[in-house]
Amino acid sequence: MNMETQAFQTVYTKITNITKATVLLKATGVGYEEMALVHGRLAQVVKIYGNDVTLQVFSGTEGIPTNAEVVFLNHPPQLKVSDQLAGRFFNAFGDPIDGGPEVEGEIRNIGSPSVNPVRRMQPSELIATGIAGIDLNNSLVTGQKIPFFADPDQPYNQVMANVALRAQADKIILGGMGMSNDDYLFFKNVFSNAGALDRIVSFVNTTDNPPVERLLVPDMALTAAEYFAVDKKQKVLVLLTDMTLFADALSIVSNRMDQIPSKDSMPGSLYSDLARIYEKAVQFPDGGSITIIAVTTLSGGDITHAIPDNTGYITEGQLFLRRDSDIGKVIVDPFRSLSRLKQLVIGKQTRADHPQVMNAAIRLYADAANAKTKMENGFDLTDYDERTLVFAKSYSEKLLAIDVNIDVLEMLDTSWQLLCANFTKAEVGIKQEFLDKHWIEN
Amino acid sequence: MERKIKTTGKVVGIIANLVIVDVDGPVAQNEIGFIHHPEADLMAEVIKVMGKHAYVQVFESTRGLMVGTDVVFENHMLEVTLGPGILSRNYDGLQNDLDKMEGVFLQRGNYTDPLNRDKKWAFTPLAKVGSQVIAGDWLGEVPENGMPHRIMVPFKLEGSYTIKSLVAKGSYVVDDTIAVIVDANGKELDITMVQKWPVKMPIRVYKEKPRPFKLLETGVRCIDTLNPIMVGGTGFIPGPFGTGKTVLQHAISKQAEADIVIIAACGERANEVVEIFKEFPELEDPRTGRKLMERTVIIANTSNMPVAAREASVYTAMTIGEYYRSMGLRVLLMADSTSRWAQALREMSNRLEELPGPDAFPMDLSAIVSNFYARAGFVYLNNGETASITFIGTVSPAGGNLKEPVTESTRKAARCFYGLSQARADSKRYPAIDAIDSYSKYLEYPEVQEYFNEHISKTWLDKVIVAKDLLLRGKEAMEQINILGDDGVPIEFHERFWKGELIDFVILQQDAFDKIDCSTPLVRQEYLLKSVLDVADTSFEFKGFEDVSTFFKNVINQFKQLNYSEYESDQFNGYVKAIDELVQAQKK
Repeated sequence: MNMETQAFQTVYTKITNITKATVLLKATGVGYEEMALVHGRLAQVVKIYGNDVTLQVFSGTEGIPTNAEVVFLNHPPQLKVSDQLAGRFFNAFGDPIDGGPEVEGEIRNIGSPSVNPVRRMQPSELIATGIAGIDLNNSLVTGQKIPFFADPDQPYNQVMANVALRAQADKIILGGMGMSNDDYLFFKNVFSNAGALDRIVSFVNTTDNPPVERLLVPDMALTAAEYFAVDKKQKVLVLLTDMTLFADALSIVSNRMDQIPSKDSMPGSLYSDLARIYEKAVQFPDGGSITIIAVTTLSGGDITHAIPDNTGYITEGQLFLRRDSDIGKVIVDPFRSLSRLKQLVIGKQTRADHPQVMNAAIRLYADAANAKTKMENGFDLTDYDERTLVFAKSYSEKLLAIDVNIDVLEMLDTSWQLLCANFTKAEVGIKQEFLDKHWIEN
Repeated sequence: MERKIKTTGKVVGIIANLVIVDVDGPVAQNEIGFIHHPEADLMAEVIKVMGKHAYVQVFESTRGLMVGTDVVFENHMLEVTLGPGILSRNYDGLQNDLDKMEGVFLQRGNYTDPLNRDKKWAFTPLAKVGSQVIAGDWLGEVPENGMPHRIMVPFKLEGSYTIKSLVAKGSYVVDDTIAVIVDANGKELDITMVQKWPVKMPIRVYKEKPRPFKLLETGVRCIDTLNPIMVGGTGFIPGPFGTGKTVLQHAISKQAEADIVIIAACGERANEVVEIFKEFPELEDPRTGRKLMERTVIIANTSNMPVAAREASVYTAMTIGEYYRSMGLRVLLMADSTSRWAQALREMSNRLEELPGPDAFPMDLSAIVSNFYARAGFVYLNNGETASITFIGTVSPAGGNLKEPVTESTRKAARCFYGLSQARADSKRYPAIDAIDSYSKYLEYPEVQEYFNEHISKTWLDKVIVAKDLLLRGKEAMEQINILGDDGVPIEFHERFWKGELIDFVILQQDAFDKIDCSTPLVRQEYLLKSVLDVADTSFEFKGFEDVSTFFKNVINQFKQLNYSEYESDQFNGYVKAIDELVQAQKK
C-alpha cells in the first residue's frame, strides 16, 4: 500500500468522535473511499456529511487519542503490480511479510470496475484436478467461481492446495482471511515443496491481525490477479479462504456504522458485497482468465445461514466434502456438490458419454443411500438393494475419495465397469447409443 | 415536471451510493440528476426530499466524490428511449447499449445511445391523413428483424389529434419526422420514430385488459400439461440455489410461443448472461427460420454492477415489453431474479434509515411487487388487435425458505407457482418443479377450461386431474412403504407408488440438454399423457413386489428412449411397440 505522505498536506489533530472501529473529524476536500493515516494506522473514508468525515480504522481504534494526527492520502486503497509480485507473501495492505524488499511497479486502485458482460467469453476450458469427485461429477472450468462448503474440521485447505497445484494455472493467488498461522505455514510449505513458489502470490491476514483488515484481502488478491490475467494474458487461479470470516468482518463494520442488520445479523448488502468479489472470475477474450476457488466454512453443515446461502446464489456451484465411514475416507459428496459450468465441457471436451454416465451413477448411488436407510431401519433388502450397496462402496472408493488422482477417461471407464458389474441395462437407463458402445457384458 | 431552468445543487453528504444534495430550486421525487464528478458525470435518481436536501441514489460508484461537487437535475424521471432497433440489443439496467462501450471493463459515467441513429428503416404508412388519432395509435410500420415494428403516436400525448401529414413509403432514419399531427387548438407536433417514457409508469394505451385465457405453449411438460401458464399470464419460480431455476428459465425463453423475448438478468451471474449472448444468436427459431437473438432483448444488470441500476433494470425491461405490446405483439418477459431486485430496494431503504419491515425489507415490498406484476397481461388494443406480456420471474428465497418476504409477496401477485424442490434436484429429477405443490390458478378460470375443451380435447382436463391424483397417491404409497417396509404393505401399494414414478419419470422429468427431449409440442404432450395413463389404467398381475419395480423400470426405460426419439419416427414407433408388448405380457 502506498503510504507516502506528500509535502504541504493538511494534518488534522482534532478527532471529535471515536468508536471501536471508526473516528470522526472535521475535514475538507476529502474524497469518498479515500485512504488516510490516523495515528499512523491506515483508515478509509466511509461517510461524509458536510465537513464531518467518518474514517474506518482497519486495525481498530485502541489507544487513538482525540488529538491524534490524521493525514489524508488522496487516493483509494492501492497495490503496486509487476512481475515482482510472484513468489511473495503480503499482508492485507499489500506490504511484504516475508522479509523481502518492497515491490516496484505500477500503482493500481483496488476494487476496480467490473468487466462489461458483452466482452466476456464463455468459460470453456476444463480444469483437470485428477480428483474424480470434481472432474467426473463437478467439472471445473476456467473463469468459474466455486466455493467449498465445509465444516471447520474438514480438510478443505489440503484439497484446495491439491487442486491449485494440479490445475496447471500460470499463477496462483492466495487470499487468506483469518487464517491460522499453522494453515498459513501449511500453504507456504506445500507450495515451496512443490517447487511452485514462483507461480504464487499470497495476501494473508492471519488470526493475529485485526479482523477488519480482512476486508482488503479479496480486492488485493483480485487486483494482482487482474494484472496477470489482463496485462500478461495468464490463466490465474485465485484461492480465497475463508470467506465466512470475511463476511463476519463485514457485519462488524456494518454494526459499528449503526446499519440495520438483515438475516443472521449480516448487512443487507451482503449479496452485493460478495458478488462484487466473486464476479471478478472471468474468461477474458484474449486468453487470460481468473478462476476463483473459495472456502466458506459452515457452522454444523447449515447451508441456510445467510453467508453460504448468498454465496450459493452467486457462485457457479459448490463443493461439499463428507467423511464416508464405509470406506474410511473423505469424499466429494455427489449429491450436494454441483458445478454449474460443467455442462460447457462435459461430453464436449470430454467423451460424449460423460453426462449420461455421470447422472446414471449418481442416481444409482442415491438408490444405495435409500437401501442403506432401509437396512438401518431393519427392513429386508431386495436383490437390487444389495447390488446398489456393493456398487456404492466401490464407487466411493475408486472415484469419490479425495485421494484419487486419475484422468477423465479413466474415470469414465471405471464408472462403466462398476455399472456393468452390478446392474442391467434397464436399471442403468442410459441412452441406447452409449450402451451399444460402452456396455461390457459380464 | 415542466421547468424552464434546470435546478442545480451541491453535494453535502456521501454514504456509499446514497448522496445528499443541497438544491437551489424545485426537484421532483424520482427526478434524474447528474453529479459532475471530476472523472465523469454520474447519473442519480432522487429518492427522498427533506427540506433543501434531496437524497439521490447514484447508479455508479461514488469513489473519490467530494462535498461541494455540482449537481444538475434534468426535469424528467428515469426514461427509456423507444424506437426501432431495440431488438437483439444488449442493454444494461439503464438501457445503455453495452456493445457500444469501449474496452473490456465498464467505465463509470459511460452512457451510450440505445438506438442506432444512422440506420435507415423501410417505413410504410398505416394511418390516413386527416384521421383522428390518440396516444398509442399506429401511424406506420417498419420491419425490425422480421417483426412489424409499429410507429405510434407518442404515449405521453393526451387528448385527440388530427394527422396533418404523413410521409410516403420510403426509407428514413429514426429521427426523421414521419408525421405531423395537430391538436384541438391547432398546435402542430412533429412525430419521429423515437419517443421516451418514464420506466416506473405503466404504458396504458389499450382498450381493455381481460383475464388471460389462451394457453402459452412452453414445451416444458410439467408446465404445459400439469400447471399451464396463459398468454399474458404471470408466474414465478422460487427455488433454492442449485435447483435449476436458470436452466428452466432459459428453456422457457427459448421455446415459448412469443414474438418478442425480453430477458432481464437482474443481479445474477455474468457467466449466465454470457451463455445467453452465446447461445441465442445460434439458436434457430422454428417459427420464423431466423435466429432467436433477432427477436430478443437482453437487459443485463449482473450482480457486480451498481445496485441502484439493478432496481431500475426490471422496470426498463417491463417498459420495453409494454412498448412492443402496444404494437400488437406477444411479449415474453423473464426476470432472473426478482429477489435481487428486492434486495436492491432493501439496501436503499436501509441507507435511508427507514424503519424496516420483515427481514429488513422495506414495508411496502408487497405493494411494489404487486404493482410490477400487474403491468403484465393480455390486452385488446384500441384498434381491436390483441397483444400480451407474459411475465415469469424467478425468486431466490433466502435459505430455501418459502416463507420469506419476497416469496410471500410474489405469491400474492403471480397466478402460477412453479416451486422447485431441493429433494428433486438432489436426486437429479429435472426440471425440479414439485408438481404437487405447484399450481396454476388459470386452471380454475371457466374461460380457460373452455379454451382447453375447444383446442385440445374435452377429456384433457380430466386426464390432467387423474395424472395429478396418481402423483399424489404415489407419494402417499411411498410414505407407507417407507414406514412399513417393502413386504409390510400389499403389492397394490407398490403398484401405486410405481404409477406415480411412471408419470414422474416420463412426463415430469425432461432433459433440457437433449435436442429432442428439451421441448415437447402440445400434440406430443397430449399423446404422451394418454399413453402413460393407458398404462396406469391397466390391471396387472404381479407375483411379488420386486416384479412390480422390475416391470415399471422396464416400461420407464422404454418411455425415456421414446422421449429421446423424433415424434412418430420409426425409432419412436419401435418404442411404442415395445411398451405395448411389455404391458400385454404383464396384463391380468
